Amino acid sequence: MHIKIAKGRVIDPVNNYDAVNDLYICDGKISAIGSPPAGFNPQRLIDASGYVVCPGLIDLSARLREPGYEYKATLESEMCAAVAGGVTSMACPPDTDPVLDEPGLVEMLKHRARTLNQAHVYPIGALTMGLKGQTLTEMAELTDAGCIAFSHADAAFTNNQVLYRAMQYAATFNFTVWLRPQDAHIGSDGVVHDGEIATRLGLPAIPPLSETIALSTIISLARETGVRLHICRLSTASGIKMVNMARHEGMQITCDVSAQHVHLCEQDIGYFNSHFHLAPPLRSITDRDAIRASLANGEIDAICSDHTPVDEDAKLLPFSQSEAGATGLELLLPLSLKWAREMNRNLVDALGLITCSPAKILGIDAGSLNIGKPADLCIFDPELLWRVTPSTLVSQSKNTPFLDMDMQGRVVYTLMEGSVVYETCKGGLP
Amino acid sequence: MHTNLQLTANGKLQHLLTIDGLPRHVILEILDTAKVYINPETHEIQKVPLLSGKTIFNLFFENSTRTRTTFEIAAKRLSADVVNLNINTSSLSKGETLLDTVNNLVAMQASMFVIRHNESGAVHLIAQHIAPHIKVINAGDGRHAHPTQALLDLFTIRHFRSDFTKLRIAIVGDILHSRVARSDILALNTIGVAEVRVIGPNTLLPTNAEQLGVRVFHDMEQGLRDVDVIIILRLQNERMSGSLLPSPQEYFKSYGLTPERLLLANPDALVMHPGPMNRGVEIDSAVADGPNSVILAQVTFGIAVRMAVMSILMRES
Repeated sequence: MHIKIAKGRVIDPVNNYDAVNDLYICDGKISAIGSPPAGFNPQRLIDASGYVVCPGLIDLSARLREPGYEYKATLESEMCAAVAGGVTSMACPPDTDPVLDEPGLVEMLKHRARTLNQAHVYPIGALTMGLKGQTLTEMAELTDAGCIAFSHADAAFTNNQVLYRAMQYAATFNFTVWLRPQDAHIGSDGVVHDGEIATRLGLPAIPPLSETIALSTIISLARETGVRLHICRLSTASGIKMVNMARHEGMQITCDVSAQHVHLCEQDIGYFNSHFHLAPPLRSITDRDAIRASLANGEIDAICSDHTPVDEDAKLLPFSQSEAGATGLELLLPLSLKWAREMNRNLVDALGLITCSPAKILGIDAGSLNIGKPADLCIFDPELLWRVTPSTLVSQSKNTPFLDMDMQGRVVYTLMEGSVVYETCKGGLP
Repeated sequence: MHTNLQLTANGKLQHLLTIDGLPRHVILEILDTAKVYINPETHEIQKVPLLSGKTIFNLFFENSTRTRTTFEIAAKRLSADVVNLNINTSSLSKGETLLDTVNNLVAMQASMFVIRHNESGAVHLIAQHIAPHIKVINAGDGRHAHPTQALLDLFTIRHFRSDFTKLRIAIVGDILHSRVARSDILALNTIGVAEVRVIGPNTLLPTNAEQLGVRVFHDMEQGLRDVDVIIILRLQNERMSGSLLPSPQEYFKSYGLTPERLLLANPDALVMHPGPMNRGVEIDSAVADGPNSVILAQVTFGIAVRMAVMSILMRES
C-alpha cells in the first residue's frame, strides 16, 4: 500500500526537522519526504494541509488494566484511546492482576495486543514477584517474553537489601530498572501533598521527603551497582535536582513526569475533588513550576500520560478512599502542546518530549521519521479547540482532572506501520 | 465543587458543611437565632413547632454520644421526627456504597441529614450528590470540619464576653487530627478576634500551621500568657503513645491544663473543651470543674445552636 500525506507541517524532533512537505509511505515504511520515491503510486492521499505530521507518540506509562481489571478498562478500549490520542507505542506498568511477573502473562499480553494491531505495547516486568519486594523475578525469561524494563509500579520497597540485589542482578544483564521514588513508611497513609490543602482539608499528607529519601536510596544503590535507571513521575523540585546531580556525575539515569503534574498543583484539588487524587500527589506551585522549567532545560527527559483508568464507583468515594489516577492517553498531546504554548517553546521541543526522547528511554527503534522506519505517525490539528467531556474521550474511564476544560490540538489521523488506525472527519471530532 | 456548595446562588444557607467560606453575616445570623431559643432567665431551651412533619436522619458512621444526642434533642425541640442510624460500616461492608446508603434514606422521605463520618470530605461528597431539596449538616468529617462545634464555641464565647475583637484565644493539643481545631480557627478568624494561637508539639501540628491564620506555640507557658479563652482539645487514645507522643503522662507534663498554668492566662479566662474529656491527660480535674470552666454551658448552648442551624436551613427550603 502506498500512501501520500500531502502538504502537512512535518516535524521530526530527533532530526530537528520542521517544514511543510509531503511524506510518502510504501508498504508500512516511511519511504520519502519531499519528492516521491521511484515507482510511487498512491492508493490513498491524506490531505494534511494545516495539520502537523509527526512520529506516533510514545507513552512511558499507560495502564491498560489487563489482566485483572477489565471492569476499569480493557485492552480494546484503551488501544482505541491510545490511537485517538496519537499514541502508537506505550509502556505498561506491571501492576495488573496477576502482576506481570511471569513470562506466560507477558506473552499473553503481547499476543493480545498484536491481535488488536493498533498500537505497540511494551510490557514492563515486575522487579520482584507479586511486587512484594521479596523475591526477584525471572528477568531474563521475562525479557525474552517481551519485557523492555523492570519496575515496581506503585509499590514501595521496604527492604533495601532486596532492591540492592535486584539492581545488581539487572545490571548483570544490562536490564533497565524503572522506579517511582516513594518511601515505604513516610506518608504511606497519605493522599495529598503535605501543604496548604492537606492542612486546610484535614487530609493525610505525603511530604516531599517521601520522594527524596527514596530517591537518595535508589541513586546510591544505582551508583554502586551501575544499573541503568529510569525515574518515573518525579513530583518535587528537590527530586529533580537530585536526579540531575546524579546525571552530572555521569550516572546513566533518565526521568519523566506525568502530564497532569506539568499543569496542576495541590490547590486545584479544591474541595475534595477525587479526580485530582493522583499518585504521586499534586505538589505545590513551586514544584509544578520546577517541573515546567526542567522540561524546558532538558533536566526532565519525557512527559508520560500516566494513564490510569479508574471506574466511576472508585472515584465516587470520600477523597482518601477514592482510587488514585487519571485517564490520560488522549490528553498527552494537548497537554504537551499547552506546556509549549505557555512556556514559549516550539513544537519541535514539545513533540520531542513525547516521541524521540521516550523512545530512547525505552530503547526502541521508533519516534523518528527516518527513511525506512515503520510509518508510525500522528497527524494532528494544532489549532482545533475541543472540550474534555465523557463523550469526547474514547477511554472506558472518564476520570480526569481536566474534565470540562478546553484543550487546543487534536489528533486527526493515527497510523501504525502505515495503516490508518484512527481518523476523524476533517475539522471535526470522531 | 466549591465551598458555596453550602450556599445558594443568592447567598442563603443550603447545607452546613464547613466554616470555610461561610460569610460572617451567616455565622452571626445563626448565633442570633440560637439566642432566641434560650430563655434568658432560666437558660432553658424552648420547644417550638417549626419543623413539625419533617423527618431528620442522624446518620453516624462514627461513634458519638454527645453530638448525636444534642442534635436529636435540637430536632425534637423543633418538633421534627428524628431517626438515629449508627452505621458502623455494617451495610457498607455488605457492598453498599456510601451514596447508595444515603439515597435509600432519601427515598424514606428524609428532609434533612445530620452526618458524621470518619473520612475528611465524606459529607461534601454526599451533599454534592443528594437531591437538591434535602439539607445536609456536617456533624464532623474526619479531620476536616465540625462546623456546629465551632458555632457553639463562638456562641459560648459571645455569651460570656461581649466583644470578640479584643480576645486572644489559645487552642491546645492535637491540632493535626482535629476537625474542631480547624473549624474553630476558621470561625474565630471570620468573626474577627484579636489573635488565635495554637499550642502543641510538632508531631500534633500540621505542616506550616501558620497558614491557617494562627500563631504557633510549642511552649504551654508562653502560649497561655494573657489569653482570654483556652480551648483544650481531646487527645485520642490511639495517639497517646506511639510515634506521635511517648505517653499520656508526658503529654500532661508538657501540655496538660493545670491550675498553675491557668494562672498565666487572664484571671477571668474561659476554659472550654469539646468533650469528652480525658481528665489528667489534657486537663486537670480542678480546672475542668473550676470557676473558669464553661464546658457544661457549651453542651447546653450546643442544642440551641443546632436548633438555629436546622431551622435556618429548613426555612430556606
